[in-house]
Amino acid sequence: MSETTTPRLDVHKTYKLFVGGKFPRSESGRVYEVTDRKTGDWLANVPQGTRKDTRDAVAAARKAVGGWSGATAYNRGQILYRAAEMLQGRREQFAAEVALSEGVSTKKAAALVEAAVDRWVWYAGWTDKVAQIAGSANPVAGPYFNLSTPEPTGVVGVVAPTRGNGFSLLGLVSAIAPVIATGNTAVVALAPDAPLPGLSLGEVLATSDLPGGVVNLVSGRTEDIAPTLASHQDVNALDLTGVNSPEGPGSARALETLAADTLKRVRRPDVTDDWTAAQGTDRLLAFLETKTVWHPMGI
Amino acid sequence: MASPQKTKKKTGAVAAPAPAPAPAPVPGRKLFEYAPAPESRAAAGEIASSNGHFIGGEFVGSSGKEALKTVDPSTEEVLAEFAQGTEEDVERAVKAARDAFGPWSALPGAERGKYLFRIARIIQERSRELAVLESIDNGKPIRETRDVDLPLVAAHFFYYAGWADKLEFASYGPDPKPVGVAAQVIPWNFPLLMLAWKIAPALATGNTVVLKPAETTPLTALRFAEICRQAGLPKGVVNIVTGDGRTGAALTAHPGVDKVAFTGSTEVGRAIARTLAGTRTRLSLELGGKAANIVFDDAPVDQAVEGIVDGIFFNQGHVCCAGSRLLVQESVHDEVMESLKRRMATLRVGDPLDKNTDVGAINSAAQLARIRELADAGEAEGAERWSPACELPSSGYWFAPTVFTNVSATHRVAREEIFGPVLSVLTFRTPEEAVAKANNTPYGLSAGIWTEKGSRILWMASKLRAGVVWSNTFNKFDPTSPFGGYKESGYGREGGRHGLEAYLDV
Repeated sequence: MSETTTPRLDVHKTYKLFVGGKFPRSESGRVYEVTDRKTGDWLANVPQGTRKDTRDAVAAARKAVGGWSGATAYNRGQILYRAAEMLQGRREQFAAEVALSEGVSTKKAAALVEAAVDRWVWYAGWTDKVAQIAGSANPVAGPYFNLSTPEPTGVVGVVAPTRGNGFSLLGLVSAIAPVIATGNTAVVALAPDAPLPGLSLGEVLATSDLPGGVVNLVSGRTEDIAPTLASHQDVNALDLTGVNSPEGPGSARALETLAADTLKRVRRPDVTDDWTAAQGTDRLLAFLETKTVWHPMGI
Repeated sequence: MASPQKTKKKTGAVAAPAPAPAPAPVPGRKLFEYAPAPESRAAAGEIASSNGHFIGGEFVGSSGKEALKTVDPSTEEVLAEFAQGTEEDVERAVKAARDAFGPWSALPGAERGKYLFRIARIIQERSRELAVLESIDNGKPIRETRDVDLPLVAAHFFYYAGWADKLEFASYGPDPKPVGVAAQVIPWNFPLLMLAWKIAPALATGNTVVLKPAETTPLTALRFAEICRQAGLPKGVVNIVTGDGRTGAALTAHPGVDKVAFTGSTEVGRAIARTLAGTRTRLSLELGGKAANIVFDDAPVDQAVEGIVDGIFFNQGHVCCAGSRLLVQESVHDEVMESLKRRMATLRVGDPLDKNTDVGAINSAAQLARIRELADAGEAEGAERWSPACELPSSGYWFAPTVFTNVSATHRVAREEIFGPVLSVLTFRTPEEAVAKANNTPYGLSAGIWTEKGSRILWMASKLRAGVVWSNTFNKFDPTSPFGGYKESGYGREGGRHGLEAYLDV
């Protein structure tokens, strides 16, 4: 008997958005082509998220604020750590996507993925400590108890990193983790040219006990997604890390002008060129409000 | 600390029988008659009839010819003329601040701190003069300037003086650097106190400043310039440019400025944020408010009423964190309102320099017109308006303490910041409803909670979207206590360790 062996055909993944804990296609039905950074070869058709997709994501993020900000810091820390565990288990897949997205070797990409795992762990440990470094007991000149504590600001629109060593996954995690560690929820405009690690990160988060809507990932044109976030009444803050257009609707100037209408807190564009560098606390502290509570003392 | 407030424990049974619909107190009823006890106007010192700016350590004239007038709002008498700062004036001031920045920021923190300690001491020494001057220029009662504003001004400089050589311990890194030249624009409601909130942390951290006081209250800022000279403060570290919004716009948009700090209306705050969009200029904003003061049925009514009165009638209601929306639990609405009206009838409205005065003059004709417009809108929209019988002086800008009942959440008096002695009363049944109503505003500066139940205070405090929550008290301020808003009440904090951040390059 002669055996004919035909090579097995791979099953390709359909990349989809991550909104409200689900994986929808773009409401527009549109996709765009993502290519290999080095060779320009076609990699995937990814959803071209629209303004409407972004608004849906904001609605999901707003809905998630109460539960997530009300969860205990310990619980949030466990869930962030769980995200690290899930990412660790899928590091080969992510290494392949990072290599293609950033045009680096698989070996280097693997190191970047491991750094991303470690970054989740770093921020997981912060959830129940940030109030202790950002809060204060205030010795007012009178018989009053007076305490300042940080609280999450609410929904944060994040323009994901678009450059710098490790931007596509490590940079993305470095932007998302501090936002949600403190109890905010996030709507993320993924790097338009390198969205694959980000879209796959949704699968990690979906299996990490993270409540739906806490992180929402939208691929598409920044000039559609970012202005929608900047002008949205239900977005409290913006992280413009990945913004690099000098002008036009996706520029910092345009986005900050829109954000001024509702006085959003804005973290301005970042010039990080290496996401493997150790992080400080500035991203954790950027999206916090300080609440000060007074009460008289007496008998 | 805010005005000393006598609080009495409620005596007797908690469950008072529901009283009949609030009877109007006896018109004009006073517990005691007071003989006038006026503070001496002369204590304010000589007020120059015409004033320029303070730039580079010198009092200088404006490059322009336009002069504005500041009036005593209790008499409409012109107190002085002052310069309308031009773009050229702003340019000179920013340059003076820039020139001074290098040497000032290079000073050892301990030396910078000693200048601030000197300023604090001179303010204490001259506090009577400054209190009287502030009352005359602003219209607020001397009792407030004397007992609240001036002590807090000195305390603020004292507090930040001590930070100047301890910045490495403030948790902003091992060697935090100043931002540079700070442009600071302040409002008219607490002229000297807002100056202190701006200048003290900026100088302690090594910045130099150009400050623009409000166009209706420039006098104490100019007097402060004299204090800087008495303290021997290096030239150009503090510059004061007077003028109206045009001067403020020129200053906040100046490309030579590294940091803008603004306290004032949300509308102007938005405009500044737009102007600075796309730049690297740092910005902190302390804007409007529409605070809920929430009274539960177990609250000691007498204490709560004192807090309500302090919350909305302190400083004529010209307070961004004023408790302008009273949310009272339905079951005690009538009891609280009856007590509140009785208390309001004892408020003495009149001469700001009379030491007995509780409520002074409205700061300006424009502000009075705004308060009248909103109060009229309240009536037109169907809310019920009440004021105690109260004789108002024939000249000057005055508005009687006013309360609106039957207010719905959609009424303008429930939504818009009135910035005057006008209280809107709404009711609620459950704590959840109170939270929802309290948070139903684009603002988020402050809130008040009155209840005897500790767990409820903490639950409410955690749910209220406001930067300052006063529980069983209201309108308390302290230099160690961070102050600032959520949402459209602005961003950044003033006061405390947190207040350093706005002036550090972190």
